[in-house]
Amino acid sequence: MTTIPISWYLAVAAVLFTIGAVTVFVKRNALVMLLGIELMLNAANLTAVTFSSYFRELAGQILVFFVMVVAAAEAAVGLAIIVLLFRHRETLNVDEAQLLKL
Amino acid sequence: MERALFVIFALTAIVAALNVLLRRHPLHSALALLVVLGALAGLYILLGAYFLAMIQVVIYAGAILVLFLFVIMLLNIRAEEARLARRPFLRWLALPFALLLGAEIFYLVRTFEENPVPSGTSVGVTEAIGRELFTTYLLPFEVTSILILIAILGAVVLARRG
Repeated sequence: MTTIPISWYLAVAAVLFTIGAVTVFVKRNALVMLLGIELMLNAANLTAVTFSSYFRELAGQILVFFVMVVAAAEAAVGLAIIVLLFRHRETLNVDEAQLLKL
Repeated sequence: MERALFVIFALTAIVAALNVLLRRHPLHSALALLVVLGALAGLYILLGAYFLAMIQVVIYAGAILVLFLFVIMLLNIRAEEARLARRPFLRWLALPFALLLGAEIFYLVRTFEENPVPSGTSVGVTEAIGRELFTTYLLPFEVTSILILIAILGAVVLARRG
């Protein structure tokens, strides 16, 4: 059975991370920017799992587990803030939400 | 066989990620991210991380993404209209900078050329992860519960204020 070079996984993770970063920088919708952040987190997770599998060391997978938990907490609070923002401003465009004061 | 599966999952992930970026409607972006998460779960299985693949589907796709979809539908967000940006030329700077960022990461990973990932490693089975989680990483695990509690409180406080 053929095995897959480790650099292939890292390349996929690099492409995903780049696309996620571009999403955060290009999009003006706060919700889609959060989606881009999730994409970057997943790319980092893929890197961690790849090295964990390569070195046969569980620490990388434990790290990914914690990243997922933190991502869940971040999504809950971030989405609550977005709902509030939408109720006050009637838009999710981050260019129009320049003031911290609601 | 394994390489074919890798290519399928990787291409699916990348194409869906491009969809996240290029779609105008947030709902389409969220659904495309769902596809990315599923493809990544497939890659995790190829890497032998079976537990994480399951968690990826159950927590990421099942809980977090559904939360996103719920908010999008609750707020009834429409597609973003192509409004005129204040500095339109900045938009076109995104492509070269994205290529620069990607090239930097590729430059970092290029040294791992001839080292194949051993297939079928059993390092990611649930039993091993559970044992590590409740012995070596017990303190971070418990601290995580406090973090979740604070996140719940924060979300509730924000919701009540509105």
